[in-house]
Amino acid sequence: MRFLFKTSYEQDIGLFRDRVDAFWYGLLALLVVGLPFVIDEYYVGETSWVFIYALCGLSLMVLVGYTGLVSLGHAAFLGIGAYAHAYFLQQGLPWIAAMMLAVLITTAAGFVVGLPALRMTGIYLAIATLAFAVIIQEVFTRWESVTHGFAGMPVDKPVIFGVTFDDDRSFYYLCLFFLVVALWLTRNLLRSPTGRAWIAIRDSEIAAQSMGVNLAIYKSIAFAYSAGLMGLAGALFAHKIAYLAPDIFTILLSIQFLLLVIVGGLGSLHGAVFGAIFVALLPPLIAILRDSIPDSLASFATASGITPIGSLGAAIGAFLAKPGVEAGIFGLILVLVILLEPLGMYGRWLKIKLFFSTFPMYKRATFKRQKSYMRSERLR
Amino acid sequence: MSLFTADNLSINFGGIRAVDGVSFNVEKGEVFTIIGPNGAGKTTIFNMMSRIYTPTSGRLVFDGNDITTVPPHRIAALGIARTFQNIELFEHATLLQNLLLARHAHKQSGFFSELLFLPSVRRMELEHRAAVEHVIDFLDLQQYRDSLIVNLPYGVRKVTELARALCTNPKLLLLDEPSSGLNVEETEDMAFWIQDIKTVLGVTVLMVEHDMTLVSAVSDRVLALNYGKPLAMGTPQEVQSHPEVARAYLGG
Repeated sequence: MRFLFKTSYEQDIGLFRDRVDAFWYGLLALLVVGLPFVIDEYYVGETSWVFIYALCGLSLMVLVGYTGLVSLGHAAFLGIGAYAHAYFLQQGLPWIAAMMLAVLITTAAGFVVGLPALRMTGIYLAIATLAFAVIIQEVFTRWESVTHGFAGMPVDKPVIFGVTFDDDRSFYYLCLFFLVVALWLTRNLLRSPTGRAWIAIRDSEIAAQSMGVNLAIYKSIAFAYSAGLMGLAGALFAHKIAYLAPDIFTILLSIQFLLLVIVGGLGSLHGAVFGAIFVALLPPLIAILRDSIPDSLASFATASGITPIGSLGAAIGAFLAKPGVEAGIFGLILVLVILLEPLGMYGRWLKIKLFFSTFPMYKRATFKRQKSYMRSERLR
Repeated sequence: MSLFTADNLSINFGGIRAVDGVSFNVEKGEVFTIIGPNGAGKTTIFNMMSRIYTPTSGRLVFDGNDITTVPPHRIAALGIARTFQNIELFEHATLLQNLLLARHAHKQSGFFSELLFLPSVRRMELEHRAAVEHVIDFLDLQQYRDSLIVNLPYGVRKVTELARALCTNPKLLLLDEPSSGLNVEETEDMAFWIQDIKTVLGVTVLMVEHDMTLVSAVSDRVLALNYGKPLAMGTPQEVQSHPEVARAYLGG
């Protein structure tokens, strides 16, 4: 077990807890930078999905995990960002300008949607944001001069300062860059008064107010900032998906984002990334299992001479290939996480870390109290 | 001039007149206590002072300024801090974060400088931290600094509320039942701290309290209320022996 000796206040507001911490993050940085040279191009593409989803997760984490405001309409912000970015690119604006305009427009939209949040919380706010998302989806469909409606809108590969990001590897680095920047900015906010004000609003509005927090301003900032991040994610999303259509930005996508932050672990930046890994990599994982289980079990059956194993493998493969199974597995995991690990994957990560750092003295009861986390009056 | 004046304060909730024509002055440097049976309107007065409720009639004057219509989030910056009867801490934050939030009224950084965590923000954060550490030392909270509030026992939470209020650098401290839920020993500690807050920090204290031992130990003046109306005002002994007060508590 390592004990942290604090000798200056600087240590508590640094980006990393200590040098050891910084070393591990450095190693992680090396790993993600080196990853595209090691893995197959297909998986490089899938990993850029992780980064884009992590941006979306970060956006929702600020709102749900830190400020305690629920949104069921975040897919709409993603859509606004994506369409705005694609539209401005079509108008011939440079990539950076189009991206920044998209972020600005989404931020403004977030601010406007945030206004009702000043009076509503919990389920009422969820319904209000849901209504907003439905309206925006309708706008995507009908505003054909900009969005081309159901005909769709193709998005070219990004060209930034004359550099074309036309393959999966270069796009991977583009997404990674923006994710790291967004993580850094969000971490900065969270270690300054704004982040503390958000947490205060989440845990007790009345006390926050009495300590001088202007609820209206900080809730609006949270909504606008969250939407801005979503706009950035939308710009990258547009390139990744290459073809925008209104039926991409549905309520299901919003729910997937909510699932992402809950599975990842509410109230932690790690949670946004863990959740993104889960949400982005589960579908390819299911696909791999669907393809490999029947084959491997069939070859095992012929090798061992036990034929039922082969038919079992075929049955599993057929089951996994059924439509809706993916959604079912998502739902099952969500239920299990809420029942067994309210702090999400980040909570599990903390436990594993503690297990190794205190081995062989680990006590399961260390985390006992934190089970009440999800039961707070967050969804009041 | 008094630090705080409540002038003919009244509030109606529908047909119920919770506070009815209450006037009192709090002088600089004293401990002023409001007592009264349950439902007398004590906490309602606090909520009007921290501007969560707006009085139906009457005026609140603090430090020469009329604060009757000031928005609630401006109160802390003016120099009024409060604690809550049912603890209202930020439960899933550490004690340190709770106290740092209380420095919010003294924040000078803008959103964009915080976004980039500019050196000015860093400098302010260090200043806030130093101010908070001063209060942590004052109330002996060092060992709990990095604990989440949910993991702290009730007594410590109560002290944390007091600490958080002190971190705003108040001129007037509103304590809503500081001893409720505390054992005898903790209540004695609380009495010492309230005296220290008055003498060492020079903060004026306005308190709502039921525990008469604590009230007589620390209060300079006491106001007794019943059904929103003032019954008696004076030293703790005078008020305790007042016949109307005895009737309000014991009936008859």
